[in-house]
Amino acid sequence: MSNESAVDVRPLVKVEGLKQHFPITRGVIFSRVVGAVKAVDGISFEIFRGETLGLVGESGCGKSTTGRSILQLYRPTAGSVQFDGNELTELDRDELGAIRPRIQMVFQDSYSSLNPRHSVGKIIAEPMVIDGGYARGEMNRRVAELLELVGLNPKHRARFPHEFSGGQRQRIGIARALALNPDFIVCDEPISALDVSIQAQVVNLLQRLQNELGLTYLFIAHDLSMVRHISTRVAVMYLGRVMELADNADLFNEPLHPYTQSLISAVPLPDPKAERERRPILLKGDLPSPSNPPRGCVFHTRCPLAQAVCSEEVPAYREVRPGHWAACHFVE
Amino acid sequence: MTGCVTCLTRACDGKEGKRLVSILEVSDLAVEFNTIEGVVHAVNGVSFSLDSRETLGIVGESGSGKSVSMMSLLRLIPEPPGRIRSGSAWFDSSKGRVDLLSLSKTKRAAVRGRDIGFVFQDPMSSLNPLMTVGEQIAESMRLHLELGDREARTRTVELLDRVGIPAAAERYGNYPHQFSGGMRQRVMIAIAIACGPKLLIADEPTTALDVTVQAQILDLVKSLRDELGLAVIWISHDLGVVAGLADRVIVMYGGLVAECASVDELYEQPRHPYTEGLLEALPRVDQDRGEELRSIEGTPPDLYTAPGACPFAPRCSYTFDRCRREVPPRYVVNNGHDTACFYDLAERRPRSE
Repeated sequence: MSNESAVDVRPLVKVEGLKQHFPITRGVIFSRVVGAVKAVDGISFEIFRGETLGLVGESGCGKSTTGRSILQLYRPTAGSVQFDGNELTELDRDELGAIRPRIQMVFQDSYSSLNPRHSVGKIIAEPMVIDGGYARGEMNRRVAELLELVGLNPKHRARFPHEFSGGQRQRIGIARALALNPDFIVCDEPISALDVSIQAQVVNLLQRLQNELGLTYLFIAHDLSMVRHISTRVAVMYLGRVMELADNADLFNEPLHPYTQSLISAVPLPDPKAERERRPILLKGDLPSPSNPPRGCVFHTRCPLAQAVCSEEVPAYREVRPGHWAACHFVE
Repeated sequence: MTGCVTCLTRACDGKEGKRLVSILEVSDLAVEFNTIEGVVHAVNGVSFSLDSRETLGIVGESGSGKSVSMMSLLRLIPEPPGRIRSGSAWFDSSKGRVDLLSLSKTKRAAVRGRDIGFVFQDPMSSLNPLMTVGEQIAESMRLHLELGDREARTRTVELLDRVGIPAAAERYGNYPHQFSGGMRQRVMIAIAIACGPKLLIADEPTTALDVTVQAQILDLVKSLRDELGLAVIWISHDLGVVAGLADRVIVMYGGLVAECASVDELYEQPRHPYTEGLLEALPRVDQDRGEELRSIEGTPPDLYTAPGACPFAPRCSYTFDRCRREVPPRYVVNNGHDTACFYDLAERRPRSE
């Protein structure tokens, strides 16, 4: 499957009404639940085969939680996650284990996601060991192949993570995610910790692998420029809700939601002339707490367009134009 | 180095030109760290000058020496293991022109916080968690400006209000953990400007913040800078932030200055292969997706070896034999624009000297 023929009509991943609440407890012995952090609070979207869905938002908006809930690393509080027709939220541990090889994850922090006491060869082979059924020689061959695929020297398989630079460690994490030939990879801020010149290397690698292996990505990031570069479609989250979702070009050229508009306007441009022209839409105040989100539209406390209705009614998340979704009372 | 650090012309001995207006002149600063694995050559001869009311952006990747060089100006690096091997930093303090690097401890303390304000990347670790934010701001004014308790308190509330903390008088008695990340950074800025400094050094102050909060902080810094007539050194890895803020930019790589130019010239006509590569490696939020990003292959330089060649040579596509033998000096390519590269990017050929 190459990228040109891709973007099939059947979604590979279908998320509907997904909620992920984390209880806040008080007391040690008679511990009781006193509230909940509504990290993800009812979101729906689809991810098509061969595409990259960019998921952007500020810290605490629930974008990473969304990725983890899709993979069932957290069991969702409510809602449905379908992967290639399978309802993941209803599967038990063993059934999930059978489907897990097809869904993998690349983490932000390669220091904490690679075991410092294991050699690179062992780290990359681990998914095969867990999945079982691989002969030793087969695993060795596969590890060499994977190292080569991500641009590392297969001779370095006996080295340990600390002997590699940040960008190289991220390549090791990608090789591990590819070990079982997955269909779908959740990339959780895979380049945020890297320097600019190294970011481009990793992004190019992810795109090449997508073309060669027909992968589907959920690309979680806070860097809007990189999301614009890599994504087919983009979803913008704020306080546990999707505010807007559209095709890459539509979202960046014609953002409809006031949050998306201010987010895009706030990104500094590496161009002094354009910078002098740029007028960021400054938002008031800070992000409210997800344990006590504002009533009505969660964005109304900071929204420059907010009216009385915004603090009373939750705006419907609706398809405003074909393929362009937004949750705002005032979007026509 | 190549002659005058201010105007960078070899013939000028520094006695003329802009020397009178520059408030900081750093020359040949070198800093190293002794570690178990060997000596880390963090900064290897950095020179620059700063005019009053000028904003200088310092750009570079992690390990390029941008933070270490600025921190060592105020001797904020731990010594040992750190050691300032060479250099001078002449600064126009309120008590006359002094070399920051050779000042005694007490005199240095008088300059720090009074004439030079510092804002760090992580306000949570630079604010004292056990002290109210109001006290932390008032402390420096009592110390440096010899204000009484009452006066310091009034002025602190004014400052908190100026940096955009709502209900400033009530927030005086709050502790840092009661503030959000953006608010803490506002407090840090209030501390930095409390004693009316001439120079503000900001070390990646918006890196840990979300983009909408970053926009608020940048807006605040710009208005304070213009209102108070501050000179600013802004350290960042974000070429976007620097483009919007700086008058002049220094690009650092491997502990050396790779390129120095006015902000417009640097982004339009980069004359160092590293700057050129960085600008091409950046996707832009205001442009449609291109096919592939140009990446700079290879990895950042190993700082355990003393520089004997161009640190960028192993990753550079223009490298020729000379780049691996000598450290390039800073060639002046235009008025106020210099590049440490043996290859002439404009002419597309090695320099003939």
